[in-house]
Amino acid sequence: MISARGLRKSFGDFEAVKGIDVEVLRGEAFGFLGPNGAGKSSTMRMIASVSPVTSGELRILGMDPATDGPAIRGRLGVCPQEDTLDNELNVFDNLYIYGRYFGIDRATCRERARELLEFAQITDKAKAKVEDLSGGMKRRLTIARSLINNPDVLLLDEPTTGLDPQARHVLWDQLFRLKQAGVTLVITTHYMDEAEQLCDRLVVMDKGLIAAEGSPRELIDAHSTREVAELRFGVGEHEALAAKVEDLGDRVEVLPDRLLVYSDRGEEVVTAVLERGLQPIATLVRRSTLEDVFLRLTGRSLAD
Amino acid sequence: MAATDARPAPRPAARLSAREGVARQYDYWLTVYKRTWRGGVANSFATPLFYVLAMGVLLGGFIDADPDRLEGATSYLAFIVPGLVAAHAMTIAVSESTYPVMGAIKWHKTFFAQLATPLAVRDLVNAFLLFVVFRVASACAVFMLVLAPFGVFESWWGPVLAWVVQVLVGTAFATLAFGYSARLRSEEGFGLLFRLGVLPLTLFSGAFFPISNLGPVLEWVARLTPLWHGVSLSRMLCLDTVDWPLAALNAGVLVALCAIGWRWAVTGLDKRLEV
Repeated sequence: MISARGLRKSFGDFEAVKGIDVEVLRGEAFGFLGPNGAGKSSTMRMIASVSPVTSGELRILGMDPATDGPAIRGRLGVCPQEDTLDNELNVFDNLYIYGRYFGIDRATCRERARELLEFAQITDKAKAKVEDLSGGMKRRLTIARSLINNPDVLLLDEPTTGLDPQARHVLWDQLFRLKQAGVTLVITTHYMDEAEQLCDRLVVMDKGLIAAEGSPRELIDAHSTREVAELRFGVGEHEALAAKVEDLGDRVEVLPDRLLVYSDRGEEVVTAVLERGLQPIATLVRRSTLEDVFLRLTGRSLAD
Repeated sequence: MAATDARPAPRPAARLSAREGVARQYDYWLTVYKRTWRGGVANSFATPLFYVLAMGVLLGGFIDADPDRLEGATSYLAFIVPGLVAAHAMTIAVSESTYPVMGAIKWHKTFFAQLATPLAVRDLVNAFLLFVVFRVASACAVFMLVLAPFGVFESWWGPVLAWVVQVLVGTAFATLAFGYSARLRSEEGFGLLFRLGVLPLTLFSGAFFPISNLGPVLEWVARLTPLWHGVSLSRMLCLDTVDWPLAALNAGVLVALCAIGWRWAVTGLDKRLEV
């Protein structure tokens, strides 16, 4: 569906994307995971065929965005990071008018808008003003709008940023349903739980480059241990104590507020720490996540 | 979910025709019009009416109607009306192509949403400008019709052509203001445009007094301003005093400005939306 080779994007002297290779297959949910400024959104805008490629090769649905932009955009759905809903129009008109841009006839647009209102669970808000909707409803309306043309590929740029946990779960559920209906999803996110929940396959991006690629499970297996023991000590003590627990796991990461000891047997690490007379304020043993993968690959956490 | 197949028919052409690009935005602009026409009526009609009353009728009462000194007009009202409507066309065009353009880029991001569809930058500019031209055309038409019974026009065809000229003035200024607004980062630049652009043009481009009163140097400066060409042509047509070579020059300048302005608008928006 999407194939990129040596894809680059520069803005003046600044190189946002520094040569990436990506292959997205039909029907999969593909993710770009990385912190803000990693080049995810620039990549998405090139895929959306609104931002010209600086160099490298990009093919979307077998077409070149430089020459077939309108034809490609006609088959994509785009859910941008910032809501671009028209606040002056009511909810229904936001869908109806958007459909007209795709050259869909008026009757079909109306029917389709009604279906999508139901899908987004905002049928009762059809005549409401956009500004009266909650954040979660606005997002769902944006996604509904991006589906008005029955797209082959749906691009979602940070779909749940700024939403409360409940609204996120409603949205994830809808994305699952789309995936089951055969829509190819391309998602950027800086939330590792979102990437784990939604993506069949993902690339970890950092500073304009791809740091790793695979399914969430594969990435965790390849770049982290099965478990992690988190040890919280007093403020400022972590750096000094790292050396004392270093030998207990495969690797130790020092964060400002805790130590992470990577080991396949987390409980044994905690026991050994206590046996050495160290007294952490709190301990936690958990499974490795994509956050740990990112930390391993870049030396930074996703929130940075 | 997939009950209706709304997918548009595949198109061989890489980009939409200009007509198709505009047609697809018709419903959007129709809703904009339905929402804003009332305010438009007040702005585009009441304001010039006050001007005509205050300047044309009341102030004009103090002015001797000497056709030799008023470019052939038999009353000050007849002198001021064609220029006033031309200046008004400019004001509407600039107002509608400044804040709304910045809004669609910066505040509402309408252009970004529209650009994620098969529409291209050129299509967005065309539809936007057509809407502004429609606003200018309807406001000027109503205004000219209302003034017709007051004996300010010397023929029936002159005012009709003058109306076309006023629309042309609106188009030229709409494209230029669009190009300016598309490049502007902060709305502070609009204050500058209105105070140092629109206002002096309105006052000194021959709408309120013959530019010969400015003295030889400033008269030539006035002749170089885009609005003067519109005022001059509009007045010659209304008063039936057409100097055809001058009329051709006036019309040529306005058409050229439309072409240059359109190009400037498209390149400006293209650069601005490329992020």
